[in-house]
Amino acid sequence: MRLSRVRQKRVLWALVIVLGAGLGAFMMLQALQKNVMYFYSVSELHEAPTPPQKTVRLGGVVASGSLEQGEDLAVTFAMTDYAHSIRVVYQGLLPNLFREGQGVIATGFLDKNGRFVASELLAKHDEEYMPPEVAESLQGKVTPP
Amino acid sequence: MSRFWRWVLQWGQPGELYQRLVLLQPWVAVASITMLVAGAYAAFWLAPADYQQGEVFRILYVHVPAAWLSLMIYGFMVALALLVFVWQVTVAGWALNAFAWLGAGYTLMALVTGAIWGQPTWGTWWVWDARLTSELVLLFIYLGIVLVFDALSDSKAAARMAAILTLVGSVNLPIIHYSVIWWHTLHQPPSIRGFDSSLHASMLYPLLLMALAFLLVFVWQAIWMLRCRVLQEASQTPWLARRLRGMVENGKDQ
Repeated sequence: MRLSRVRQKRVLWALVIVLGAGLGAFMMLQALQKNVMYFYSVSELHEAPTPPQKTVRLGGVVASGSLEQGEDLAVTFAMTDYAHSIRVVYQGLLPNLFREGQGVIATGFLDKNGRFVASELLAKHDEEYMPPEVAESLQGKVTPP
Repeated sequence: MSRFWRWVLQWGQPGELYQRLVLLQPWVAVASITMLVAGAYAAFWLAPADYQQGEVFRILYVHVPAAWLSLMIYGFMVALALLVFVWQVTVAGWALNAFAWLGAGYTLMALVTGAIWGQPTWGTWWVWDARLTSELVLLFIYLGIVLVFDALSDSKAAARMAAILTLVGSVNLPIIHYSVIWWHTLHQPPSIRGFDSSLHASMLYPLLLMALAFLLVFVWQAIWMLRCRVLQEASQTPWLARRLRGMVENGKDQ
């Protein structure tokens, strides 16, 4: 079926609306790129260290074998993105999924000694779901990226 | 005009639409309930617990279908918005109104189940990352569309305004979908991409059952809302009078 002239014009308007809104959203998100990122990766912080005491969020993986439990719920561990790593200090309750090899997001600041002092710790989880038996049989076969 | 096109166009006639919805409804109802029972059984009894999250992960079987549906309903609404905007199909406007309500419901459901899931796993109910924020924006867009319908008393103008708002809001769909890929977020990337799934097979099929069940329930709800709307709008038209007279004489519906 052929569209009448009026309808052709309306299709054109619909396209203009969608493309215009799309362009607007694209430009806005480009301008806000840094703010839309929820956290810095360890490498990003390594390349451009934040000023001391400035609060940021930092995301990475808890390096295996690096977790040390202190007194009064204090922990320190190395956070890594397999390119760089940084020492993280935190005191408080840990989320359930917190463990070595797990992705975590820490809110805090870089102190004078180059350690990251975290006031909040969230656990990320990946998109893999499997029964425990399967996970066990995969043990040791999974290599970090 | 071919028979097929006539059949397609008849969906736009309130009387014919109503008849078809009445015919469709029992089948959709039976299919929804069957799939929902089968899906819930598979999801909450047959599927194994997750190796990391344990039993908590089962909320995925409500969260993911609701989230998928929140996007899919919007996709349907974009098609309806074009029917309203380009062809000025009155019935499409009624459907747009009903879908906006239902879409808002499923979006809210995805947000609430996500928060309940986030608390024990991430350690927080809510963060302002790109995925969570863009899904919240989707809820506001749905509510905005509903409000436009309610605010304008001229229903033709309301449908046109709502259709334009729907088209503008469609920009948010790819943003929601790709948010976890384009930006660093607390929310993990999708487990299912195309035909690739990082869910173990024993956990995947209950999800697909639940997704289908949710879709059917949505269709069932949409049929109900649309039937009510047709009756409301057509209360003064001859076909409804004929139909009601028939119901009184036969003592039953249909």
